Amino acid sequence: MMRLRRSHLICCAASKEKMAAHLSYGRVNLNILREAARKELREFLDKCAGSKAIVWDEYLTGPFGLIAQYSLLKEHEVEKMFTLKNGRLPPADVKNIIFFVRPRLELMDIIADNITSEDRHHSSRDFHILFVPRRSMLCEQRLKEQGVLASFINIDEYILDLIPYDGDLLSMEYESAFRECYLENDQTSLYHTAKGLMTLQALYGTIPQIYGKGECARLVANMMLRMKREFAGSQNQILPVFDTLLLLDRNVDLLTPLATQLTYEGLIDEIYGISNGYVKLPPEKFAQKKQGEGSKDLPTEPKKLQLNSAEELYAEIRDKNFNAVGAALSKKAKIISAAFEERHNAKTVGEIKQFVSQLPHMQAARSSLANHTSIAELIKDITSAYIIQCFPIKSHYVNTYIEDCIAQKDPLIKILRLVCMQSVCNNGLKHKVMDYYKREILQTYGYEHILTLNNLEKAGLLKPQTGSRNNYPTIRKTLKLWMEDANEQNPNDISYVYSGYSPLSIRLTQILARPGWRSIEEVLKMLPGPHFEERQQLPSGLHKKRQQGENRTTLVFFLGGVTYAEIAALRFLSQVEDSGMEYVIATTKLINGTTWIKSLMDRPESPTQ
Amino acid sequence: MAFITASWNPLGDAFYRKTDLYEMSWSLRDGLRDSLVAAAPYGGPIALLREPQRRSPSSRPQLEIYSASGGTVASFPWKSGPVVQLGWTVSDELLCIQEDGTVLIYDLFGSFKRHFSMGQEVVQSQVMEAKVFHSPYGTGIAIVTSSSRFTLATNIDDLKLRRLPEVPGLQGKPSCWVVLTQDRQTKVLLSNGPELFILDNTSCTVVCPPGLSPQDGNIVHMSVSFSYKYLALLTDSGHLWTGLSTLQEKLSDVDTKKTMAPKQMLWCRRPKSQQPSVVLMWDRLLLVVGVCNETIQYPIEDPCVLVGEMDGVRIISSSNQELLQEVPLVCQDIFKIASMAPGALLLEAHREYEKSSQKADEYLREIKEQSMLGEAVRQCVEAAGHEYDTNTQKSLMRAASFGKCFLTDFSPDQFVTTCRELRVLNAVRDSSVGLPLTHTQFKQLTLQVLIDRLVYRQFYPLAIEVCRYLKIPDYQGVSRVLKHWASCKVQQKDLTDDAIARAVCMKVGDSPGVSYSDIAAKAYECGRAELAIKLLDFEARSGEQVPLLLKMKRSQLALSKAVESGDTDLGECFTGRSQPLQTGFCKLQEQETLKDLYNQDDDHQELANYYVTASYREKRLEGRLSLLQSAVDEYNKAKNEFAVKTTEDEMRLLRFQRKLDDEKGAGLLGLSLQVTMETLLSLGLHKQAEQLYKDFRVPDKRYWWLKLKSLAEKEEWDELEKFSKSKNSELPQLCFPLVVHFPDCSL
Repeated sequence: MMRLRRSHLICCAASKEKMAAHLSYGRVNLNILREAARKELREFLDKCAGSKAIVWDEYLTGPFGLIAQYSLLKEHEVEKMFTLKNGRLPPADVKNIIFFVRPRLELMDIIADNITSEDRHHSSRDFHILFVPRRSMLCEQRLKEQGVLASFINIDEYILDLIPYDGDLLSMEYESAFRECYLENDQTSLYHTAKGLMTLQALYGTIPQIYGKGECARLVANMMLRMKREFAGSQNQILPVFDTLLLLDRNVDLLTPLATQLTYEGLIDEIYGISNGYVKLPPEKFAQKKQGEGSKDLPTEPKKLQLNSAEELYAEIRDKNFNAVGAALSKKAKIISAAFEERHNAKTVGEIKQFVSQLPHMQAARSSLANHTSIAELIKDITSAYIIQCFPIKSHYVNTYIEDCIAQKDPLIKILRLVCMQSVCNNGLKHKVMDYYKREILQTYGYEHILTLNNLEKAGLLKPQTGSRNNYPTIRKTLKLWMEDANEQNPNDISYVYSGYSPLSIRLTQILARPGWRSIEEVLKMLPGPHFEERQQLPSGLHKKRQQGENRTTLVFFLGGVTYAEIAALRFLSQVEDSGMEYVIATTKLINGTTWIKSLMDRPESPTQ
Repeated sequence: MAFITASWNPLGDAFYRKTDLYEMSWSLRDGLRDSLVAAAPYGGPIALLREPQRRSPSSRPQLEIYSASGGTVASFPWKSGPVVQLGWTVSDELLCIQEDGTVLIYDLFGSFKRHFSMGQEVVQSQVMEAKVFHSPYGTGIAIVTSSSRFTLATNIDDLKLRRLPEVPGLQGKPSCWVVLTQDRQTKVLLSNGPELFILDNTSCTVVCPPGLSPQDGNIVHMSVSFSYKYLALLTDSGHLWTGLSTLQEKLSDVDTKKTMAPKQMLWCRRPKSQQPSVVLMWDRLLLVVGVCNETIQYPIEDPCVLVGEMDGVRIISSSNQELLQEVPLVCQDIFKIASMAPGALLLEAHREYEKSSQKADEYLREIKEQSMLGEAVRQCVEAAGHEYDTNTQKSLMRAASFGKCFLTDFSPDQFVTTCRELRVLNAVRDSSVGLPLTHTQFKQLTLQVLIDRLVYRQFYPLAIEVCRYLKIPDYQGVSRVLKHWASCKVQQKDLTDDAIARAVCMKVGDSPGVSYSDIAAKAYECGRAELAIKLLDFEARSGEQVPLLLKMKRSQLALSKAVESGDTDLGECFTGRSQPLQTGFCKLQEQETLKDLYNQDDDHQELANYYVTASYREKRLEGRLSLLQSAVDEYNKAKNEFAVKTTEDEMRLLRFQRKLDDEKGAGLLGLSLQVTMETLLSLGLHKQAEQLYKDFRVPDKRYWWLKLKSLAEKEEWDELEKFSKSKNSELPQLCFPLVVHFPDCSL
C-alpha cells in the first residue's frame, strides 16, 4: 500500500503558527472552532493508548489538514499513516490501527478486507474506527455482516461539520450536497448543516435572527429550531457573536455559478481548481532561477501553493477583478524594491539592524510577489478563450454560438454551462431549441449523457419554456443585476466580480441588510421557495448593547455551494465603509461552474473491455 | 477549647483524634463476630454476611446491607454458593465473590444485577482469597486460588481477566498479599515466608525492601495506602517497615514488640500529612504507629472493622462508629493549648466579643498589628471545614465572619462556599442518610458524585434540595435526579400506567435534559409498553423516539418520527417503504432494490434511466439492446418523446456500429455519433459517414465542418476543393476556424 503523502501534512505543520493566526484576524475568531475540533481529535487519539497508525480515507486528508497537522498527530503517538486500500495493511510496529473514514459502504468493504487479511498474520493490534462526520448504523451493519464489527475496540464519530477555511469562511466540504437536495431528495446534508450550525452556536452564542430563502433553507431553519428545543437547558451563556443568520438556497440563484468568475481567486479556481486551500499549478513558470545551473531540469511536479489570508499580498488581491490585479502587482513590486533600496540609506548600525530585522518579511513578500506574478501570467494566457460571461445578447446569437461550440467539440461542461445559462436567463428554452441542443449534445458527446441532461432538468437548470411570463427581466431590473458601467479597478458595486453582473445571491444579502426584504417582496415571490424570518430567544442578560458605530455581523450560509466571486462580493460589502455590516460566509461546499456541473453529471460505467 | 483537645493524642509532632460519627442504629445479635463485612470508603454502605462458610441448605446465611450509620437498607437470605469476599464498587454496587470464582453483583437495595466468572480454571481449584480494589480504571478484583495462581480483573465493567504467572515455590495461599496500582499497571505484591515477590502481567520478581533484613522474620501482614503510594509490612517478630510502595525508599522501621498477627492493618494518613501512621488492630487493642516510632494505644471492647479513608480510618463496632485521623494542621494551630496563631486569637476575640468584653479589641489589635487578620479569617474558615461538630463549625464561622468585618478588601468566596458545603455535608451526615463524609473526602469525591450517591440511595428530595441550594445548573443537577426518580417510578408495580405517566409528567415537566425516551425505555424493559408510549409522547427529540418505537414494533409511528427528525441515518431502520429517506439509502445499498422501488412507485422516467445505466454494465450487445428497449418502453410510459427518439437512435447506431465493426473491424461500438463519423471519415469510409449524416439528420453545418476538418487533417486538398464547390455559400465562413488550426493550408 502506498505511503500517504505525508509531505502534505508536513508542509501544513511548517505553516502551523500562521495557519492558526489568520483564522483569528477576522471579525469573528474562527480559531475557537478550530481549537474545539482539535481538542476533540486529541481526546479521541488519547482514547487509544499506545502507538498508532492512521489509515486514511484519502478524501479526508484535505479537510483534516485544515484542522490538525502531522505534528499534532505525532504528539499523540501517531507513527505511521496509510491510505485506505484493499488488501493487507502495510506492516507497522504499532499497537493501534485507526481508520479515519467517511460513513460510506464501499469504504466499509475495504476496511473489512483489511481486517480479514490482517488477522492471519498479526493478532495483537487493536483496531479503532473514527467516522467523519457521523457514525452510521448502516455502515456498522455492513461491518457486522462482514463479520468484523467485533474487531473494533472503539467506534466513534468525529463531528467535523464546518471547517474553518479562512478568517471569514467556513465550509463543510460536502461535495454532493446540491445533488442530494435537488436530485435525490435526500436531506442528509441539511441535517448536517443544522447540526453544524448548532455546534457553531454552542461556541459563538445563539444567533438571535434567522432569515432564509428557499425550500432547503426553510428545512434547515426548522431543524435548528427543533434541535434548540431538544437541547433546551444545556443552553449556553455566551454573548452572541453573530447578529443574523441568512440561509440561502443555491437554487434561488442558479445563474451565478454558471458564469465564469472574474476575480483573481475565482479565476484560479475556475482554471486550476482550489482544493482545501491549496492549488496545484503547472511548474514551468515557477522554475528556480539559480545561477550556474542548466535550464534543463525544469520541475515536473506541479507547484503546490497554499492560498489564504495569511499571505498579505494574496489577501490584498484575491478579491480584485482580474483586470485590476496587474496594476496592484506592479504597485506592490515598486514598494518592495523601494524597501530593498532602503539599505543604501541605512547608515548607522541601528538603521542597518532595523533593516536586517525586516529582511525576512521583505523576502517573503518578494517571493509571494513572484508567485502571484507567475500565476497572473498563466491566467492571462488562458482566459480570453475561456470566459463565459453573462450579458444581454440576442438569443439568436447565443444559439449560433452554442451551436458552433458544439460543432467544434468544446469541452462538454462548457456547453452545459452555456445551455443552462441561456435556459435560466430566459425562464426556460423554447421547446424546439431545447430538443435541438439536447440532440446535438447526445450525438456529439455520446448518448450516455442523456442521464446528465435529465439531471439538469430535474435540478431546474434546464427547462422548456412554459406559457407563463418570463420573470427574469423584472428580477434583473429590480435588483439591478446588470450594471453597464462596472468599475473593475476601483469598484463601487459588487457587480465588479463578474465585470458587470452582480450575483443575485449577494444582491439579496445586501438588500436584507439595507433597506430590508420588505422592499422587494414582489421579486422574492418570483424566486423559488419560501422566504421567512425567525427569532431565537436569548436568555436575559445576553442582549447585546451595541456601541455607537459598531458593525453588525451576519453569517451567510449558502446551501448547495458558493463561488469565490460571491465571497469576494461579500467581502467587498463588509469593507464598504457605511454598510454597518460584516459578513462571515459558510457553505456546504466551495464550488465553481465546472465542479458544480460535474457533481450533477452521471456517467454510467461500462464494463472493462 | 479544652473540650476539643481532650480527645487528642500526641504522635510525634502531630496529634491524632477520634471523632464520634454515629451510634449505630442496627441491632446485631452477635456483633461483628464470625461475619464477613465489607464497608465502602467515602462513607459508603456496609454489607454483612454472617457465617459465610455455612453450607447447610436448611439454614441459609443472611446477607444484610446497611447504610454507614447502621440503617437497614436491605436484607435477604443468601442462596448461592459459599462467599469468600464481599466488596463495593465505585458506583455502590455490592460484589459477592464465591468460592467457585463466580462474582455476583447486587445493587444497593439487594436486587441482583448480573454475574460473571473469574475464569474457568477457578471452578476446580477454588478461590482461597479475594480482594476488591479501586483504581483510576474503576473497581477491580484479584483472587488467589488453591493452586496458588492469581487472576486479576482491573475493571469489572469492562471485564478482561488476566492470569498472572506462577510464583516459584508458593504452596497454597501466600502469607499475605496486596494489589498495587503503579504506572498505570496493576500488580500483586505478596510474601511467602521471608520472601517478597512482585507479580505483574508477565513476570514474577523477587524484591527486597531497603532496610528490611531477612532476620526480621517472615512478613505476615502488609498494607498499601489509599493512594497506592506507601506500603507497610509487618513481620512475625513485630517489626513494622514502612516505605514507598515502589520499594525504593524506607520511611521508618518500628519494633511493635507484638508477635501476634493483627486482624487488620491500615494506613492512616491525610493529604499533607505531617505524621502518617499505620493502624494495627488486634482483638482488644488498636495501635497507632507513627513513622516517628511513637505509638498511641486504644483499648477495644468489641470486635471492630477498620475502613481506610483518604484522610483517616473509620472504626466500626457493633455499637458505634468513630473516625480516627491526624488532626489537620489548621485545627492544631487554632485549638492547640496556648496557641498564638492568628486564627486562635480571632476565635478568642470573638468569644470575648460575645461576652461584651473589651478584651475582644485587644486580641483583634494583636492580630491586626501583625497584619494577619486575613490569614486569621482564612484559618477559621478552613478549620470549620474540618470539624465534625456543628457547634464548633458555627463558632469558627462566626469568628471568621466577625474578623471579616474589619477587612475591607477580602473575597467572601471561600467563606460562602464553605458555609454552603458544610450545610450540605451536615445534611448528608445525618444518621437518617448516613454518609459520614469529611470535607476533604467531599472535595475529592466531587459534588456530582455525591448527588449520584444520594440518588442511588433514593434520597431524591434531598438530592434536589442540594442541587437547588448549591445552584447547580439544572442540566447537571435537578434534571439528573428527576431522571433517576422517574426511571425508578415507572417500576412501581402498584400504580396504573396513567397514574405514573401523570406523576412523571407533573414532576419532570419540561425540565431540560431529561430524556423521556430513556424513561420510556426503562418502562418498556419492565414490560410496560403502553406506559412507554405514553411517556414517549413527551419526548421533544423525535430522533430519540425512533429506536425505541421500532423495538416496540410501532413502526408506523417510528417512521413518521424519523422523517420529522431529518436524520437520514434513522431511515436505515425502515425497509420496504417508499419514502424520500429510503431512496437515498437504496442508492447506497443495492441497485436492484432501487429498481423495485421505482417500479412500486410507477416512476417510469427513473426506471428508464435505471435501464440506461444498466445497459452500460452489459457486455453483450444483445443484452445492451434489450435493456435499451426496456428503457424505450418506460420512456414511452413516461411520455418522454425526446428520450424515446434518442434512445431508439442510439440502438440504431449501435447496430450500425456492430455491423461495420464486423465488416471492417473499425472499432466503433459505443462511440458517439460524431466520433463515429469522424472515425469513418478518417478511415476513408465516406459513403458510410454520409449515410449516418443523412439517417440521423445531423445538422449540415456540423457535418460539413467535420468533413472539412477531416479532409484537412489528411491533407486531401483536392477532395476538399471538390467538396467546397459542391456545397453552399456558408462554407467560407465555416472555414475560418480551420485556418486557425491549419495556418499553412492553401484555402
